[in-house]
Amino acid sequence: MTRFILQRIGFGLLVLFLLSVFVFVLFYVSPSDPARIIAGDKATEALMAQIRANLGLDQPVLVQYFHFLGSLLRGDLGYSYRSSLPVADLVLQRIPVTMSLVSGAVVLWLAIGIPIGIASAKHPGSVRDRLGQGFAIVGISFPTFVLGMVVLYLLYFLPSKAGVNLFPPSGYVPLLEDPLQWAWHLLLPWTTLALVVAAVYARLTRGQMLEVLGQDYIRTARAKGLSERRITYVHAFRSAMPPLVTQLGIDIGLMLGGVIIIEQVFGLLGVGSLAVSSVAMQDRPVIIAIVLLGGVFVVVANLIVDTAYGMLDSRVRTAKK
Amino acid sequence: MTILDVRNLVVDIPSGDGTIHAVRDVSFQVREGEFFGVVGESGSGKSVMVQSIMGLVPRARISGSVKFRDRELLGISPAELRGVRGRHISMIFQDPLSSLHPQYTVGWQIVEQIRAHEPVSHAAAKARAIELLKKVQIPDAASRFDAYPHQFSGGMRQRVMIAMALSLGPGLIIADEPTTALDSTVQAQILDLLGEMRKEFGATVLMISHDLGVLSRVADRVMVMYGGQMMEVGASQEVLGAPAHPYTAGLLRSSSFNREPGTPLISIGGRPPSLLSPPAGCVFRERCPDAMDICGTAPPMRLYSNGIEAACWLEHEPSEPAAPTVPSDVRTVESGPESHIVQTENLKLAFSQRRGPERVVLDGITLDVRRGETLGLVGESGCGKTTLARAIAGLIEPTSGTVHFDGSPVSGLSRAGWREMRRRVQVVFQDPFGSLNPKRRVGSIIGDPFRIHGIASGAERRARVGELMELVGLSPEHYNRFPSQFSGGQRQRIGIARALALNPELVILDEPVSALDVSIQAQVLNLLDELQRTLGLTYLFISHDLAVVRHVCDRIAVMENGRIIELGDSDDIYQNPSQPFTKRLLAAASPGTAGGRPLRQHGSVFPVGPLVARPEEPVRDSGMKVTR
Repeated sequence: MTRFILQRIGFGLLVLFLLSVFVFVLFYVSPSDPARIIAGDKATEALMAQIRANLGLDQPVLVQYFHFLGSLLRGDLGYSYRSSLPVADLVLQRIPVTMSLVSGAVVLWLAIGIPIGIASAKHPGSVRDRLGQGFAIVGISFPTFVLGMVVLYLLYFLPSKAGVNLFPPSGYVPLLEDPLQWAWHLLLPWTTLALVVAAVYARLTRGQMLEVLGQDYIRTARAKGLSERRITYVHAFRSAMPPLVTQLGIDIGLMLGGVIIIEQVFGLLGVGSLAVSSVAMQDRPVIIAIVLLGGVFVVVANLIVDTAYGMLDSRVRTAKK
Repeated sequence: MTILDVRNLVVDIPSGDGTIHAVRDVSFQVREGEFFGVVGESGSGKSVMVQSIMGLVPRARISGSVKFRDRELLGISPAELRGVRGRHISMIFQDPLSSLHPQYTVGWQIVEQIRAHEPVSHAAAKARAIELLKKVQIPDAASRFDAYPHQFSGGMRQRVMIAMALSLGPGLIIADEPTTALDSTVQAQILDLLGEMRKEFGATVLMISHDLGVLSRVADRVMVMYGGQMMEVGASQEVLGAPAHPYTAGLLRSSSFNREPGTPLISIGGRPPSLLSPPAGCVFRERCPDAMDICGTAPPMRLYSNGIEAACWLEHEPSEPAAPTVPSDVRTVESGPESHIVQTENLKLAFSQRRGPERVVLDGITLDVRRGETLGLVGESGCGKTTLARAIAGLIEPTSGTVHFDGSPVSGLSRAGWREMRRRVQVVFQDPFGSLNPKRRVGSIIGDPFRIHGIASGAERRARVGELMELVGLSPEHYNRFPSQFSGGQRQRIGIARALALNPELVILDEPVSALDVSIQAQVLNLLDELQRTLGLTYLFISHDLAVVRHVCDRIAVMENGRIIELGDSDDIYQNPSQPFTKRLLAAASPGTAGGRPLRQHGSVFPVGPLVARPEEPVRDSGMKVTR
């Protein structure tokens, strides 16, 4: 097991390294010029050369890359082109926002998606199943920003026009400052994100449960005289779980790297919105840091998923001994 | 005392193609303490019948009456039914691996069953579970309590299922093909265990099987089902010895368990009726050699002179159809070294494993196959028989040793030589459902060899495929059908036709009939025999079923753990097995020698009038409908 984890960590580091090379090369070949963006349209050629020299952009790309890699290994991500602040600080202050957004949404989407999926699978073809399937289709095909707008319109705009301030339209209050306000401010983004993702989980759960419910050991469980509830949750859902855990790990990993649209719609200053503004400004050190951060999250999430998979499946678990 | 009283049970299952009339008006009684067998081919409705008694068939529409110890089970609330399941009636299923939950330990699963019905502590339930595991002879039961199903062998898993079924001391144990997925020696052990447990726990056993040999070993009374209806019921030695119903007689003629080797198996022509629209009148009429005009009316259940009850209009014993005439040109098996079509010399095959020692699959096999003979290769699953066949066919490269085919080595063949070898050696596979591509038409499947070897094309190929289809008894008009439109036996014929396309010399038959029903098995075995006579083929016949092997093979090689432990003429091996393993195999396969009871020999069986009403079971619907 240890060997397996070490292998995965090594592989993860390789992925991160390749990711950094890729992003670097991408910026090198792209036609836009950070100096022009920093200095503005009317800057002189001399000023721009000065800026390039300051940022080290006049050196060959290989030198630039090794310079970057050297400081990265010392734990230094460099300075933002735009604000000249340390990249690490910029990114770190955004992480709690994104984490808050994702963690709340995860709970919600599991709480919505899995029961819908199970209810659908228990009675395939029933009215409940069709409603559940309809929810899934709508959720999957609705663009996130449209749903965000609709949620804002219904739960913020309409009530406040009527004089009732149900929810704040945007903003973020740190959890440690005021937990209630934290949750209050995040409720709308959570709901929006959860509705979109829950649809995927409802479908996945339904498919898995349908397959498991047709297995011989479910018939055995019935023949043993167990209650339907116990058969559904202890026997069937137990076997349907591994693919859900896999999907969950990947989704969380991806989203911690920035939930771009939701953060934009609700004005949350998370990693996603930082990514958007940095791309617009060609702020290469910040973008690389965000890409690497996303990479780290995905790699770690996958590692956790693989380990969890082993623990969820007796066959994998006992084979490892 | 009647423990289970089923009356006029009807089970309809709605499906995409229409309603499946799986069980049609079946009535029977199981007596307290007896071993009651239900026999029937696949699609006869036997499994659906017992599962519907327990309410385990989803979306089934059930009518009639099922009384367990005078308590009606149909129509009671789900909660009440749950109280019966597992506690009063428990079930054992066919495949113990898929029937046990893979993610929980066996101990956990037994404890769950106990605690679902009795308010006992976990520790007490665990002690009881370990006790049960000991009872079913699982070695080292206390430590195996925490093992998962996949860590047990097939036989041990079925023991776990039996322990679970016994855990609450149920009155009735329903076993649905409990030994079908197991090797024959293990099968015998499980049957013995079931018998012992029945005595020890005083339970009644209702066992379903398609295997007449198995039921003749253990059952006190047997019920025969066909097309969703009951054909015959009575004491097992009577039903399986002197049946009153032509269907039972036909089943017995087509199964090899009680036949002298060499006597041709006589199959029942045709195929079972569709349960979507079962015929009116007697369901067996269309395949019945004794069919009469009156059979258009559903026959009544009548009592016969030997105590059997059967649904048939026949006034005399079922007639014995003439055995298929054996062509006079008795096939000759040449002897002498030059006649050897295949010779293997000290053949070894081993897989290296990442951890642990090498796994030896074939361990020094020296074997010759004589031209024109049928050589049986017998052994339990995992003994290496299929691997040996694949090595002989040149599909696997052995680790050491040589295979000679017709005098020349199989390994190191040129590409052209390999192709030629493929033409001369053909394989027929076990599963006729899985080994044919469902998206391709039968004509093109059978025509593949012509296409691949560039032998015939266009109209010529079509004509030759037509001939082949005729040869194996398929209608050439079905050229454009898909495999799913054929029954199991017909699909195996397709596989045989494909194998014969290039006039091979050696045909490797890898369990060719084990996926087929008894009456169909006989058809295929007879076809193979006929083809061998007319085409001069050599067969390498792989099987785990000794009754079948004995029936068709000239010589038998018994394999155990990658070695051939015994090789000789079929009769010699049967009469004087020298190896203990062979003796075990034989004992497991033949009912006469291992605790089975002698079957009644044929005597005259005649109806003694309509079924007399017994005091506890008045005949219902007096007058119009005599089918109980």
